[in-house]
Amino acid sequence: MDKPQELDCRGMNCPLPVLKTKKALTTMKTGELLRVTATDPGSVADMAAFSRRTGYALVESGQADGAFFYVFRVK
Amino acid sequence: MSDDTKRPTRLAMIASKGTLDWGYPPFILASTAAALDMEVCVFFTFYGLVLLKKKLKLKVSPQGNPAMPMKMPFGPKGLQNINWPIPNVISGNVPGFELMATSLMKKTFKKKGVATIENLRDSCLELGVKLVACQMTMDVFGFTKDDFIDGIEYGGAATFLEFAADANISLFI
Repeated sequence: MDKPQELDCRGMNCPLPVLKTKKALTTMKTGELLRVTATDPGSVADMAAFSRRTGYALVESGQADGAFFYVFRVK
Repeated sequence: MSDDTKRPTRLAMIASKGTLDWGYPPFILASTAAALDMEVCVFFTFYGLVLLKKKLKLKVSPQGNPAMPMKMPFGPKGLQNINWPIPNVISGNVPGFELMATSLMKKTFKKKGVATIENLRDSCLELGVKLVACQMTMDVFGFTKDDFIDGIEYGGAATFLEFAADANISLFI
């Protein structure tokens, strides 16, 4: 598996992490992975909703190094 | 109702307020909805029309807004958490109070990583959100197309309603 592309959304507040994530995903190729880090606690619910609405699969998520992380696969 | 089976979810919004606080919800929701692959139209009418101006000079007024927290955006954490209750008689009569409140809100938003309205508005355009200026209000307020940003449309009630007729979500803000 290729290394995921990284997107740092730490320090950003709603709705920026979702907007930046969408923008990054649309520039990537099918099958590629995007790893987003965010500190906004609201991103936990929002990233899951984003994934359900758009069909970009959230293949992994959790907390590491004092931030939330989300790994999306490009559809 | 159209028979398009693959028509995207639609969000129709009316933005009717032009203050710094109420300028946020339409752009936050519109940009996010578009990021969620929804089709979005925001109709800017009455005071909401100023949200489309090239140069935004939005303010927030604590007067008549008793729920607005008045907090310091800087200094020690303890001080920042104190809410300073300002009676209307002061907020309405002290010159420059509104400017101060506006500046405090902008500073706090920036510090908390909240995007500016200009940023969110740019995102909306990038994501293909339809921004419609109310032609009637423009005439009443004396605005011309030169006052507004590029990339927007102009129309009236029927323009909005035609879009909203097939909307899944309709909001008046």
